[in-house]
Parts: sequence; structure tokens; C-alpha cells
Amino acid sequence: MTQAPERYVGGGVPRKEDPALVTGRANWTDNIKLPGMLHIAFLRSPFAHAKITNLDVSAALEQPGVVAAFTGEDLASEWGEGAQEAEQGPGYTLSTGGGQSNDVEVSETEQPEDASSEETSQDDEAFSFCAWVVTEDMKNPTHWPVARGEVNYTGDAVAVVVATDRYKAQDALEYIEVDYEPMTPAVDVERAMEEGAPLVHEDLGTNECFTWTLATGDIDDAFDKADVVVRERYVQQRLIPNAIEPRATVAAREPGHGGFVVYTSTQIPHIAKSVLSTACGIPEQKVRVVAPDVGGGFGSKLNVYSEEAICLVLARRLGAPIKWVEDRSENYQTTTHGRGQVQHLEMAADSEGRILGLRVRLLADMGAHLQLLTPGIPVLGAFMFPGVYTFGAYDFECKGVFTNLTPTDAYRGAGRPEAAYAIERMMDALAREVGISPVEARRRNFYEPFDEPTDTPAGIQYDSMNMQATLDRVLELADYDSLREEQQRRRDANDPMQLGIGFSTWTEISGLAPSQVNAALGLGGAGWEAASVRILPSGKVEVVTGTSPHGQGHETSWSQIAADVIGVAPDEVEVLHGDTDVSPLGRDTYGSRSLAVGGIAVHLVCERVMDKAKKIAAHMMEASEEDIEFSGGKFSVAGSPDQSTTIQQVAGAAFMAGSLPEGMEPGLNENYVYDPPNFTFPFGAHICVTEVDTETGKVRIRDYFAVDDCGPVINPIIVDGQLHGGLAQGIAQALYEGARFDEDGTLTTSSMVDYMIPGAPELPNFTLDRTVTPSPSNPLGVKGVGEAGTIGAPQAVINSICDALAPMGVHNIDMPALPMRVWQTIQDAKGDADARGGVAQ
Amino acid sequence: MRRIQVKVNGVTYEHEVEPRLLLVHYLREGLNLTGTMVGCNTSNCGACTVLMDGESVKSCTLFAVQADGHEITTVQGLAENGRWHPMQAAFHETHALQCGYCTPGMIMASISMLKENPEPNEDEIREALEGNYCRCTGYENIVKAVQLASQHMDQPTAAS
Repeated sequence: MTQAPERYVGGGVPRKEDPALVTGRANWTDNIKLPGMLHIAFLRSPFAHAKITNLDVSAALEQPGVVAAFTGEDLASEWGEGAQEAEQGPGYTLSTGGGQSNDVEVSETEQPEDASSEETSQDDEAFSFCAWVVTEDMKNPTHWPVARGEVNYTGDAVAVVVATDRYKAQDALEYIEVDYEPMTPAVDVERAMEEGAPLVHEDLGTNECFTWTLATGDIDDAFDKADVVVRERYVQQRLIPNAIEPRATVAAREPGHGGFVVYTSTQIPHIAKSVLSTACGIPEQKVRVVAPDVGGGFGSKLNVYSEEAICLVLARRLGAPIKWVEDRSENYQTTTHGRGQVQHLEMAADSEGRILGLRVRLLADMGAHLQLLTPGIPVLGAFMFPGVYTFGAYDFECKGVFTNLTPTDAYRGAGRPEAAYAIERMMDALAREVGISPVEARRRNFYEPFDEPTDTPAGIQYDSMNMQATLDRVLELADYDSLREEQQRRRDANDPMQLGIGFSTWTEISGLAPSQVNAALGLGGAGWEAASVRILPSGKVEVVTGTSPHGQGHETSWSQIAADVIGVAPDEVEVLHGDTDVSPLGRDTYGSRSLAVGGIAVHLVCERVMDKAKKIAAHMMEASEEDIEFSGGKFSVAGSPDQSTTIQQVAGAAFMAGSLPEGMEPGLNENYVYDPPNFTFPFGAHICVTEVDTETGKVRIRDYFAVDDCGPVINPIIVDGQLHGGLAQGIAQALYEGARFDEDGTLTTSSMVDYMIPGAPELPNFTLDRTVTPSPSNPLGVKGVGEAGTIGAPQAVINSICDALAPMGVHNIDMPALPMRVWQTIQDAKGDADARGGVAQ
Repeated sequence: MRRIQVKVNGVTYEHEVEPRLLLVHYLREGLNLTGTMVGCNTSNCGACTVLMDGESVKSCTLFAVQADGHEITTVQGLAENGRWHPMQAAFHETHALQCGYCTPGMIMASISMLKENPEPNEDEIREALEGNYCRCTGYENIVKAVQLASQHMDQPTAAS
């Protein structure tokens, strides 16, 4: 047997996931081939807004290999409770009929609606995948999986072709006859809210989806008393998540029981099961969802998409397995985008730079319709605008705005990067206004260090925080004083290459979520996480988790957690996930929740199973349970060092059940459903050092220092990897990326190169360190880390560029700070009218 | 249809293929070599990178017929006698992958790079990998993997 050391948690255990991935043996959805499988391709709208005046798929049906072709009208009977072949009402209500379509729930406890209800009439029923109703009067427009009569964004599906291979399906799209009557699109959130703006959904009579507010303290009083008021407008450009694996789905009948299996590249097999069941009118127990190996998500696969539902209903309708694989241009047009906000902020402060109050007004771009969590993203961010600063009054208002653009939803950080960016840019503005350093402005407003839940201006409680230690450490790591000296030398020498030093001291809300909070915020889904453990007769261990990893390394980290509790080696633990038949209970992976909720469930279920093992060990050694000690995989009796039994022996005895304590159930199998009492709030202090070429506008990140605090670390290799990737995406937003559309609503950054995903030459190395402030929210003290870098980085970069250019009077540069924009900003600041006139736009 | 003969990972295949069939689809659908993946269909991302006669090519922008008479190596042909190629071991060792979807292409591009420049410095590694996108790692550990592998290219290093 393996003599386990006391702790694997905290060690850099190499990843168990890697062998399949580095040898090409992974199981991606696109690898799946089933007998008789058919392939589908979509005809998509080239217009952002148009009426479909004529649509005829009959010529496509004549093409070689084409099995079927459908319009939105052809598929109208497939959706919702009344769908064909539905044996009984589903356990979920996606939406109610008519214009008042706010009753969108994916509640776990919802009882089946009366199947005879008039609302099941297909033509009248609203249809949406949205599960987050942020206000009672939120507008939730119907969005059919294939358009019926009108398209609302470029890429909206117009028809679907089914063929024997993907080339033939694609070929046949050319033969579909379609006429459009183009309508004026709304392509900009600010203009969409103006009087007389074109309406994305004319039946709603407005482009406003919702207005959501939050207020604490006396905001008017704060501004009345202020010595200093800082006002800024920031823009969060739209981002395209760009998981390198495109979406893919295979749906088929399950031969055994007449239900269906959906293999899909998703972060959320459990939520997808619920939503697909409802959307397609298939009883929940008849739907199995499998997330095979998933090649990145970043929030873009935290959704349930039309294409998944279409594969499922076509598998039902045609009786054959149906496969769809997204291509990259479809991904850019139809997979959800992130960010997309215009932010107006006002900060009231005293003459010393102490914040008195903060007012935030957001316009948040919803896109053409609401996906799973679309309206909730800016609402989640609402709680984080106060950042790491304590003050008396906070006033937040967000308007969700429809545009004729790709729907937005979660993208790594999901609401919190937008908030962290805004407050950290404001802190630099405040420092400038008051005439103190950015470091001092921050220090004067930090919380005193705390390790118990502490109230924030946004009305929530942070769990634990020590900004002082984190900031001190990053200043030391960066050799801050030397940097300022170098900066001064370059300024004095009028060096065309100026040095910028940018700060970000930030926190975020992670570990989604206490179920009661979800319910209070209108999110129709619980936030707990489940785990099961089975100690097999041999003493080897199976851990079942409801989290659904796609690069995060849960198999490794969960093995470490289980190994420490059970006293085996991580290699003796198998972590099972990603299949609703294997892991029937789960709430999946998003919002930096997996460790702080799912990992804790693993820890707790292992403790639970060991409580039972201890009872059996006591029985085997004829000792009192109180006298049993456990260490290194071995149970022993206190005071009798010769008497011991191993966990493997106990597992064998539990299985054989020949001699168990009276009345005890055989086996070592336990379940745990863990609902966290609070979120976790990781935090950090970053310094970005840039060299800005004032003659060309080119920015180079010379160094990036990041001191992060996510509590105790399970696996430092994995945590540092998460930070690297997060920082890379944050820097990418600051310097390179942005989805841009023309006036017609056509995406002009339509390839990875045009969009400017950074490659290896565009990114720096990172200098990381950490402080460790345990969370009181969970027994391991851990906090989320998956989104930390993305939330911390953009403002550090932009603050750095603005710092470099401050002597020229530059105080703001919108993201992405591409050379052209930086150069133009410099010219504007110089007031050089000739240079401005000479720039071709 | 055209008849092609291609040696893939040491095995010679003959097939009738449509002239428009992409090499990556020939590998994946025709030969079931699903270790090579499609990321973008446009040669931007490099997930589909394989070696043709020892040089890296993007198999989503080559037709299968262009591989006629050539030798293709995919990530699935790297291990020898059950032992990983040093580049595979280095990626594991340095945590140069997370979701792993870009990894086969990244490994093949890195092997091709070291063939041309056996001792690259960091800037050269970054420049040489500019045609391969990774969305998870931020590239720092990929650079480290290539540096580590460059010291061990003469011998397979780990059991697969």
C-alpha cells in the first residue's frame, strides 16, 4: 500500500489531465461519431435587422446528401411544453406567454405546469433561454432558435440543413432562397437609448430591457459635503471570448430508455439538462447531457444555445444522431460576447482624498436578445464598483439596452472586470485631483485588515482582506522607488520612450453562490455544489463532482483534496465529472466557483466518509471510536501503537460487510451537497510597467507584477497558470482586443487576426507572488482564482499608459490602447491640429 | 475524386478523396486521427498544425491532395515505443497547457521551430509561435516548455 504523507494540498502536483492532452487522446465533442449520424449547417442572416419576406428551402432539399431542411416555421412545433412526443409536462417553466415574459425560471423545485394551459399554444408563447430575471418588469423578448419572420442580428439563424456530411450540408445552404427587407439596426448602446432610435424589438416599444438600482447611505449629502468631485466616462468595449475549441454538439436518442443524450462543448452540463428539457419539451429524466473534454470556455460556454436545442429536436424529429460543429466565423457572430458597457462615474471626496460617495450610471449592451445570464452580468458587477475602499454612500443604476448585435453574456470576470476597471481608473483620477500619489489615494481608503465578514458600501459582506500587506509586497517586488526614479530620468531627458507605472488594487466576488442570494437576485438556479465519494473495496477512491472543468485541472486538485482526507495518494483517486448520468447532481463551472464551492463539497464528503470509516476501524480493532487516530492512511488506537488498520483494510471490510457495527449500512459511499454561506473575495495588488513610444503610440509591457491573495492554495502550479491566463486576457482587453461593428451592424473584426487575439510575441512574462488571507466562508479558507487576473489587469495597464503620458496632459485612453489610438491621444493632448487633420479615419 | 497516397505517423494510406477535402478533415474523419483539431478554419490559430516532411503546416489550409506522396506527422505519431517526445514531456513538466485544445498544434509548431533553431532565445521562441494561439496559458509556460525541451531533444523522456 501507499504510505501517504500528511498533505498533498499546497503542493505542485503535476496535472493528471495532461497525458491525454499532450498525446492527442482527448475526447472532444467533434471526435464523436455515431452510427447513422447526420450533420447540420445553418443559413445565417447577413443583416443585423430585417424582415424575412420570402424563404424557400425546397431547392436545397434536392442537393446530394441532403436529408432535410427546415425554416423557423417548420420547427415551431418543437419548442416548449407542447412539443411533439413530450410524454409529460417538464419540470421547468422557461417563460410565460405574451409580452409579460418575466416568469423565466430554471428553479429546481418548480412543479409541472398544467399541461392543458392555453399558454402552451406555440404561436403565442414566448421563448427564451434566459434564466436571470433582474427586475419584475424586465423585457425578455422571444428569440426562436431559428428565426420566424424577423432577424435581429447578423448571424441569426434563418434555416437549417441536414445532410450526410458537413460539406454537403454547407453546400446546400447556397440553394436556399431567401429575401430580406432590411430594417435600420440599433448598433450603439448610447444611441439606442435616444428618442426615435430604431427599435430592436418593435413590439416592446423601447430598447430598454431593464433599469436596476442599488443605493446605500446618503449620496446627496456625500456630494454636498465633498471638497472634490471627480467625474469620468469609461467604455468597456465588447470582447469575443475565443475559446480555441469552437462549440460543438452531438444529440442522439439513448438506445436504452427512449430518452436522449446530448454531447456538447459546455461548461454547464447540469444547467443545460434543465434548460434543454424545458426548451424542447422532453421530461428531465429523459435527457442526459455529457460535456466531453472541453477546449476552453471563459464564460462563452456558460450558456445554452439554440444550436444545442436544434440538434436535440432534430434528433427527435429525424430519429438519427445529429451533429453540429461551429466554425470560427459563426463563433464570432453567434457565441455570446462579453463586456459592452458605457460607464459614467462620479466620486465625492474630501480634500485629503477620502471617498465620501460614489455614483455609477451604466448602459449595458444586451445585444439582440437575452441569453442565459445576459441581464445579470452588470448586476453582478454592481456589487463590486466600491472595490477595496470603504465609504459611506453608494448609488448605482444600470440600464440594460437592446441592440441589433450578438447577445452579450458572461466572459471571464463577467461584470467584475468592468467594475474593477472603473473604480481603479477613478482612484487615479482622484489622486490627480487631490494632488497625492496613486499609492496614497488607495491607502487612505483601504479597509483596515479584517478576517471576519465586513459590510461594504454595496450592502454585501466581504469575507476577509488585507490590502496593506498585498500592496506593500507588490511595491517591494517591483522595486517601486527605483521605477519612479527611472521615470523621472526619462521625463527630464525628454526621452521619446516614456515609462509608465500603473496600479490596480482590486477585489472581486467569486465562489458563486449562496442559493438564497441567487434567489433574491432573481437568478433561476441554485448555487450549491454536490460531491460524492466511493472508497472501493481495494481502497482506491472515486470522487464524483458536479463541477465541470474545461482546463482548470479539477481532476488534479480534487484528487489532492480527497487524498489528504482519506490518506491515499492523488493517483489513487479518480475524479469523475461532466456527464449527468455519472454526476447527477451539479451546478457546474463558472464564476470562480469550482474550488470555493465544489472543492469544498469534495472535502466535506471525504470527511463524512472518513467518519464512517473511523467507526468501522474502531469496530475492527475493538476500540472506542474516541480513541481512534488517523494519520498517513492508517487508523490506530491511542496508547496502543501496535494496533492499527489501514484505510484499504477498512474499505475491504466495509464492502464485505461480514462484520460491521450493528445496524450499519455496508460500503464507504457518501454524498454531500454544499451551499456556501457567503461568496469569497480574492484580492490583489498589481503594478504594470509600460514603455510608451510617444512617437508611434506603441505600448510595450516591460514588467507585470501581480501579488494575489486567494487564500490557501491547493496547487500552486495550477493557480499560477490561472493567473497567467487571466492576466493575459486582461492585458488583451487593455491593449488589443475589441469587437467592432459598422453602421449596418456587421462585425468588422471577423477573424482572430482582425480581432487581435494576442499571440506569444504580444504578451510579457509575469512576476507573481501571493499573500495568504484565509476566507472564513469555507473550511479550507480558499477563494476563487480563475478570473482574478482578468479582473485585476486592464486598469493596471491603462493607468500605466496614462501615467507615462501624464506630463503631456493625457488622463484617459479608451481600450484597446492600440498604437493608433495612443498616438492620436498624444496628438490631441498636444493640441496639434495639423497632426489631427492628417490622420486618415 | 482523386487517389492519394500519404504516409501518416509511419503508416502508408491510400484513399480516394474529393479534391476539396481539407487535410485536417482527412486526418480526423478519414483516418480517425482526432488528436489534430480545428480551431478557426482560416489558418489563424494553429490548432491544426502537423508536420509535412518534417516542417510545420496548418492542416486546415491544405487539401488532402496536396499531401499526396508526402509524409505527415501528427501529435499522435510523436511517442516512440511508448515514450513521449521530449516536447510532450516538457509541456507537462512546465504546465504549458490548461484546456489542451491548442496543445497538439503548439507542440508540433515547437518541434518544427527547434529543428530550424535548436537553441532559441525567448524572443525567438515567441516570434516562432506567433501563428499558434493559446487562450489559457498566456504563453509564459509554453516558452518555458520549449526552452526545457531544447535541452532534451535527443532522447524521449517520459513514459506515456
